[in-house]
Amino acid sequence: MATAVAQPVERENYLNKHYGALSWLFTTDHKRIALLYLGSITFFFFIGGFFALLIRLELLTPIGDLVQADTYNKLFTMHGMVMVFFFLIPSIPAVLGNFLVPLMIGAKDLAFPRVNLLSWYLYVIGGVIMLHCMLTGGVDTGWTFYTPFSTAYTNTKIVEAGIAIFIVGFSSILTGLNFVVTIHRMRAPGMTWSRLPLFIWAHYATSIVQLLGTPVVAITILLVAAERLFHLGIFDPKLGGDPLLFQHLFWFYSHPAVYIMILPSMGVVSEIISCYTRKRIFGYKFVAMSSIGIAVLGFLVWAHHMFVAGVSVYAALVFSLLSYAVGVPSAVKVFNWTATMYKGSLHYDAPMLYAFGFLGLFTIGGLTGLFLACLGIDPHVTDTYFVVAHFHYIMVGGAVMGYLGGMHFWWPKISGRLYPEGWAKLAALIVFIGFNLTFFPQFILGYVGMPRRYYQYPGEFQVLNVLSTAGATVLGVGYLLPMLYFLWSMRYGKPAPDNPWNAAGLEWKTPSPPTTFNFDEEPVVTWEAYNYEELGDFPEQEASGA
Amino acid sequence: MPDQAVSAVHAEGHDPALLHHFADAQQQRDSSSLGMWLFLATEVMFFGGLFCGYLIYRLQFFGDFGAASSSLSIKLGATNTVVLICSSLTVVLAVWAAQHAKRTLLLSSLILTIILGFVFLGIKGIEYKDKFDEHHVPGPSFSFENVKIPGQPADHYAKPNHAELYFSLYFAMTGLHALHMIIGAGIFVWITVRAWKGQFGPDYYTPVEMAGLYWHFVDIIWIYLFPLLYLIDRHP
Repeated sequence: MATAVAQPVERENYLNKHYGALSWLFTTDHKRIALLYLGSITFFFFIGGFFALLIRLELLTPIGDLVQADTYNKLFTMHGMVMVFFFLIPSIPAVLGNFLVPLMIGAKDLAFPRVNLLSWYLYVIGGVIMLHCMLTGGVDTGWTFYTPFSTAYTNTKIVEAGIAIFIVGFSSILTGLNFVVTIHRMRAPGMTWSRLPLFIWAHYATSIVQLLGTPVVAITILLVAAERLFHLGIFDPKLGGDPLLFQHLFWFYSHPAVYIMILPSMGVVSEIISCYTRKRIFGYKFVAMSSIGIAVLGFLVWAHHMFVAGVSVYAALVFSLLSYAVGVPSAVKVFNWTATMYKGSLHYDAPMLYAFGFLGLFTIGGLTGLFLACLGIDPHVTDTYFVVAHFHYIMVGGAVMGYLGGMHFWWPKISGRLYPEGWAKLAALIVFIGFNLTFFPQFILGYVGMPRRYYQYPGEFQVLNVLSTAGATVLGVGYLLPMLYFLWSMRYGKPAPDNPWNAAGLEWKTPSPPTTFNFDEEPVVTWEAYNYEELGDFPEQEASGA
Repeated sequence: MPDQAVSAVHAEGHDPALLHHFADAQQQRDSSSLGMWLFLATEVMFFGGLFCGYLIYRLQFFGDFGAASSSLSIKLGATNTVVLICSSLTVVLAVWAAQHAKRTLLLSSLILTIILGFVFLGIKGIEYKDKFDEHHVPGPSFSFENVKIPGQPADHYAKPNHAELYFSLYFAMTGLHALHMIIGAGIFVWITVRAWKGQFGPDYYTPVEMAGLYWHFVDIIWIYLFPLLYLIDRHP
């Protein structure tokens, strides 16, 4: 053990304890499964990004020159399906959540390690089916599968895509189930509910949405498949079936699914802001409860996707009001983060830059969401680029910014290496600029009337579309950079100390990278969360990686 | 005595069934139990989507649904209900037998549960065959002509398309339920094999209990399906 003290990198940890492909494919270690997920969702992120790139290239010119209508329909459908089901929903929970939930609460592993591995295999099986579906023709209904087009008219591969999403949904359910049980049953002594990191609260809320929402979309997709395969006509207007019922069932999951994407990101941002301002988060209980509030209210707003689809005016009124109500817990979070920064000792390192990005972009995304919840404005901008810009501000500007911020923040813990801080700051800046250049013009495009899901458009929209396509290129570079320097740092990065940011939280009390069972002896928690007053200032000299 | 052999496996202080990441058997059992209940909550939501669709269409097309419902065999449906309730009893007996180290009772209850499950599926198969013969399976050959709406004047006939919607729901709901029964039977075969090897006893019976919870859930779904699908608007 003498050498182990001299060279901290050589300590036995979860990465070097076993070698070989089989030790990864049959692992039940939550940290290794997190890395398996990291690899697979990154793969799908770049596939989805490739579709996005083709969409933006087609929209560079007003006429359909790169692809024609049918191909274009498939491109945006598969971009949506891949990004929603295969990247955004698993992103933070399956990677950072898997890695950190047991570490943060002082557990040796998740409650059901084999179920955890099963969930990754289900993800892979669903992913392979999806890839096969895309390579052999794809789907052209939009990621929403609206009936009766999806059941009666399109001749693309609905059933195959449905099966893929059904399986990957099961994977998502198992992840959520594992988290809820782990958070309830596996907390270390002294880790009370009011001492849980907000990352854990966010994942708890997310998991509840995953558990209660996903089965509903699963049955809905199954019924669409049954309608195509066995002529069961539950959404078939010829039999008296109601396509609107499909939309209700679909959005009952797919609206809360947005909170599956954004809540974990909010958890990440809470951790980062507290660390880089060296302050306990302002209003801990309110931030924690606002996660639960968003999860609960999120289940009561789905019909705002259907204001022009034929729901009654009274129903629309109620759903409009409830949609506004989601703004309250969201605003509680934003204000409390801002209040945390007030008179804090701020450090503008890469994770904090992403947190700033999240704060600004999520606020814009959230406020434009209120436009869409308004019955007076919604009919004007329904199915326009305004909607596209709005949800990308939430799902890319919010969720992906948080994901990247979290990846940087915990990268030393995950890999045992520091990333190059200079490059990371540059990448954060490029992502922020590229993102706004891509999506801000789309707000204007939508407001002046450019509809979504068309492959050609009138010439007067071209300037803004060119800006958007240029921004997408910048954004693409911004996303490639972290992947490159993370890979680089795994070999050449400076070895990370156990707690490079002098951060609070049990995960920083383990070695970097942690050992297989996380804690050599069961930790006993005697302090409150985010005790930054006791921890002192940020370690400036150690944070510079290369 | 085989009964003692069951508990002898776990007689030592170190319990082989205790996984490394749990502090003690109690924590492990509590985790499994909470996990199973959460899984059942997802199942409730899964069937919930169908029940929701059923409710909406039943309110909309009550008469037609009543007519279509009356074409089902109450005898077969009621028999199946009894079969499933009996199987719930045998499941409870199996859990009790595992807790009290009664090997013979454990094995016989488990096997009886599987048999009752297959009896249910067999009867369901007969019902499906009848529907197929009567052209009540949704699709191109569906036919539901000149069927009177129960409780209405003689010249009120059910609309065939609404009846087809009813049968779509019938096959979706009972089919999904039957699929859960098949999965449940598979789980109980696995539990029986483990019980045969003597892996369960008073200290460790969680898998029997969890499989039992799943089985009860599937039973309860049927307890709702039977009146909703078979007894919509019966008139003697």
